[in-house]
Amino acid sequence: MLTLIIFIPLLAALGILLGAPARKTALGAATAEFLLTLFVFLSYDKAKGGFQFLSSTPIASEWKLNYLVGVDGLSVLMLLLTGIVTLAAIWVTPKVEKREPLYYACLLFITAGATGAFASVDLFFLYAFHELALIPTFLLIGIWGTGERHTAAWKITIYLGLGSFVLLIGLLDLYLAVPEALRTFNLIDLQKLASTGVIPAAAQTRPYIFLLVGFGILISLFPFHTWAPQAYASAPTPAAMLHAGVLKKFGLYGLMRVAIPLLPEGAKVWTNLLLILLVGNIIYVGFATIAQKKLDLMLGYSSVMHMGYIFLGVAAMNTIGLSGAALLMFAHGLSIAALFAMAGMLRENRPQLALDSFGGLAKHMPALAFAFGLAAFASIGLPGFANFASEMTVFFGAYKPAAGLDASHFHLAVIFALWGVVISAVYMLRAYRAIFMGEPGKEAAAWADPFKALRWPVVLLLAALLIAGFAPGKFLSLVQPGFEAVLPK
Amino acid sequence: MDTHAYFPWFILLAPLVSAVLIQFFTRKSRSLSATISVGAVCFSLLASVFVFFGPDSAKPNEIPWIELPGLHVPIGVMIDDLSKVMLLVVTGIGALVHIYSLVYMHDDDGEARFFGNLSLFMFSMLGIVLADNFGMMFIFWELVGVSSYLLIGHWHTRDTAAAAANKAFLTNRIGDFGFMLGILMVWSAVGSVVFDQIAINRHLLTANPVFLTTAVLLIFCGAVGKSAQVPLHVWLPDAMEGPTPVSALIHAATMVAAGVFMLARISFLIEPSPTAQTVIATVGAVTALLAALMATQQDDIKRILAYSTLSQLGYMILAIGVAAPGAAMFHLFTHASFKALLFLGAGAIIHALHHEQDIWKMGGLKDKMKWTFLTFTAGYLALIGCPGFSGFFSKDAILMAAYNRSWLFFLPALLTAFLTAFYMTRLFVVVFLGEARSDAAKHGHDGPAPMTVPLMILGVLSVISAYGTSHYFLWEHEEAHHVIVPVLAIGAFLAGTAGGWVLYKGQAKDPILIPLFKNKFYFDELYAALIAGTQDLLATMSGWFDKWILDGLFVRGLSGATWGTGFVLRFLQIGNLQAYAFLFGLGVVGLIYFLVFA
Repeated sequence: MLTLIIFIPLLAALGILLGAPARKTALGAATAEFLLTLFVFLSYDKAKGGFQFLSSTPIASEWKLNYLVGVDGLSVLMLLLTGIVTLAAIWVTPKVEKREPLYYACLLFITAGATGAFASVDLFFLYAFHELALIPTFLLIGIWGTGERHTAAWKITIYLGLGSFVLLIGLLDLYLAVPEALRTFNLIDLQKLASTGVIPAAAQTRPYIFLLVGFGILISLFPFHTWAPQAYASAPTPAAMLHAGVLKKFGLYGLMRVAIPLLPEGAKVWTNLLLILLVGNIIYVGFATIAQKKLDLMLGYSSVMHMGYIFLGVAAMNTIGLSGAALLMFAHGLSIAALFAMAGMLRENRPQLALDSFGGLAKHMPALAFAFGLAAFASIGLPGFANFASEMTVFFGAYKPAAGLDASHFHLAVIFALWGVVISAVYMLRAYRAIFMGEPGKEAAAWADPFKALRWPVVLLLAALLIAGFAPGKFLSLVQPGFEAVLPK
Repeated sequence: MDTHAYFPWFILLAPLVSAVLIQFFTRKSRSLSATISVGAVCFSLLASVFVFFGPDSAKPNEIPWIELPGLHVPIGVMIDDLSKVMLLVVTGIGALVHIYSLVYMHDDDGEARFFGNLSLFMFSMLGIVLADNFGMMFIFWELVGVSSYLLIGHWHTRDTAAAAANKAFLTNRIGDFGFMLGILMVWSAVGSVVFDQIAINRHLLTANPVFLTTAVLLIFCGAVGKSAQVPLHVWLPDAMEGPTPVSALIHAATMVAAGVFMLARISFLIEPSPTAQTVIATVGAVTALLAALMATQQDDIKRILAYSTLSQLGYMILAIGVAAPGAAMFHLFTHASFKALLFLGAGAIIHALHHEQDIWKMGGLKDKMKWTFLTFTAGYLALIGCPGFSGFFSKDAILMAAYNRSWLFFLPALLTAFLTAFYMTRLFVVVFLGEARSDAAKHGHDGPAPMTVPLMILGVLSVISAYGTSHYFLWEHEEAHHVIVPVLAIGAFLAGTAGGWVLYKGQAKDPILIPLFKNKFYFDELYAALIAGTQDLLATMSGWFDKWILDGLFVRGLSGATWGTGFVLRFLQIGNLQAYAFLFGLGVVGLIYFLVFA
């Protein structure tokens, strides 16, 4: 089943490159992907828990290297996110002017890489699949991007390349920290070993900081975040949706799946640093977001800012914080994808997306204004949407962090994070007002309303946000046992 | 579950169903949307009456929302005296305002959207009233903020409305910043957010007075924002940009009173902390007085009423601070009907005068708008505390409680009573008596039945709502009664009314000008400077630093030197796939090599 999820987009991409009709094949594959991930989500047995749908193929037995896939609650949730965002992203893809097959193939490669990374229970494949997904992202920005696409493309390439490299060092350091006879890439085995204490506390400090910085760069952790806003502003709409919505979550997923469970003592050593950096994400980047004058850059910055909340839940190292952070990944992925999708539609009439070039669009495009309003409300954490429920859970988790962490530092971070909630309302409402409220300009009446044709992908994203927002308990209880099992007692 | 346990859920769900139906399905049909919305609120009203006469909830009546080990946030309803009476206020005033809106919004293009948002508001407000825990209350607390934002910004093409909506939302969020922090503190000490649980385990909080005071004052911040107390009061007058029925329902009768309701709900936490009480009472007294002073110099009929609302809310908060939540709720109860009446009356005038809101362009409406005049008079007399009218009794209860606590609280409260009589008499005299000062005012007329009937009902309520109901609120304390308090209150009422009458009778324009009051103590200017000096400055600095230092100098400089910009650039321009594949392959090989030989 999982292998099917990984290989459908891969095969579809190859098919497209070999001449299959690009959009139709891609849409078909994305639909299949969505249905399959939904099936896995619904059929995952919560009562049984643990990793399910396991399947293993030996690749190189002398190195104990296996293609091993399986899912627990966290990966199920991330797969579903990938399925939903993939379908929405491919659906809203506008007409591609040049090299259409390669364009769609790149999108599908990202999906294949992301699903592979989320379904892998093997450290090697986890890393390799993510690398597979990164390269098409660079291509999409470099070839089909807008604005300063070359600068954006090389910046993201170098930055994420560097991040991956640091991450690789960290993974190797982690691998080597295990006594030689026991070394394995198998995450389930590694977890069992870690819980017996084979990696002494002192030996956890160095690999953890490499992992934190490596994953951190991929997640746009302050101050390694400057690649993100520009890359998203230049990227074609579906690429921005897929990267900001799904692929960027890989770094957070890695922290939750690898770094915290295997190196909990190391994580505690670096907690204060992480707290300072995440407050940088929330406050410093938050203020920088207010200063933005173009919608795409503003959304890019806001996406960087919101990573701070997920980091906060991760830093707390308790099941409440981590479960909230996991749901927040899901929520943020959907809401930022919806916002980028609609920013892409606005781009059709105002390619520069300068906020002051709009105004009064609610009058002529009421449906788009309504949908954008919902996505904006979701993004700034209003009740009804998953973002609110998960942010709230993160706040609770962070206010009472795991034993051994200094609660007063967390209280300070929570205060900053709560102030960030005010900041995000400032920039989001300001942008909404600039674009949709006020008296529309004369030419706006003649603008086409792209939302009419493309509303369903946005509806899909918003519906998922609302479902998870009304019943967050179902989602939290899906991921919680996995964290319970790996956190030190 | 017995049948009684279902009714609160019906009350809550009816407006939600209505909101969803209208927002997503019936937006095209204005009449259908209006019918659904009115039907939903009437249904909630009936169910509320039923609940009112039914039993209190004895055991938790809830569905899980967030369920994690150590964190239990349910959606649960709590039926007790407090929520019962609040349900009646919200659905009762709500139903009248809905019916009134059928006329008021009839010619508006956004009528369907308006009713959808009104239903969303009813759902949110009823959620606050029914909440049996902090988590749920915070959810609906934020939701009333959303619906308030949407309704203030109803006429979204007006720039002033858009600005007012943003201002209301942001000011409230600042208050909610404290509210959430306070909730977290209480939870961290007690381990629960459910009110009953906190009440049972309150010794965990009272054991540490500093902690308790901090937590209570943080929670109070939420009320300062929602109930528009100084210094977060600035949003409410601007909120008058919304349609007048919205001002009546949300920004006078119900939502702004949510802060008072919430504090009454947690009065068991406030009472053990004298410091918190003093702060709360001071904020209330200051708001009551300052807002009354500002009201004396406003010219917009809705704004005068808005400042009056601020001032009356100050009374209620003051009552909470002097340990008289019963008196606060009593005043909330009477104020809801007479202030809704005054706003709806003002709306009838504005409607008849083609959106004229300046009182100096009105005048002589006494004979032309007979029903509006009569009902407005009832509301006016209730607000200024004329003996025999509802407002007199509830205000008296608050003055008595303040008197029993300290002269420092009683004096501003008394002065406010005088000012209230003064500025309302000014409004009354200028609008209804004398000569018409504009063409529009010459052709004023009463509205149709759906407009006047709610006015009449509210008019009757403004007179009688304090009779036979006071025992319902003032059960908790046997306050010492002092005859001097009502005597002084009546004195203030007479002096204020006489002053307003003498000064404004027959005037064509305002004979007094006090810039400090007219300009609302320059709060808006102060905040604008504050925002420009802090937030905007910080934003500009961060944006600049990010672009030119962190990204420009550091990243570009570093990477440019190390990697060779030109090389990478060329690479991407060609989009050379083979090269990528090669590099990727190289990476994987390198990785394997490293793993094997390390």
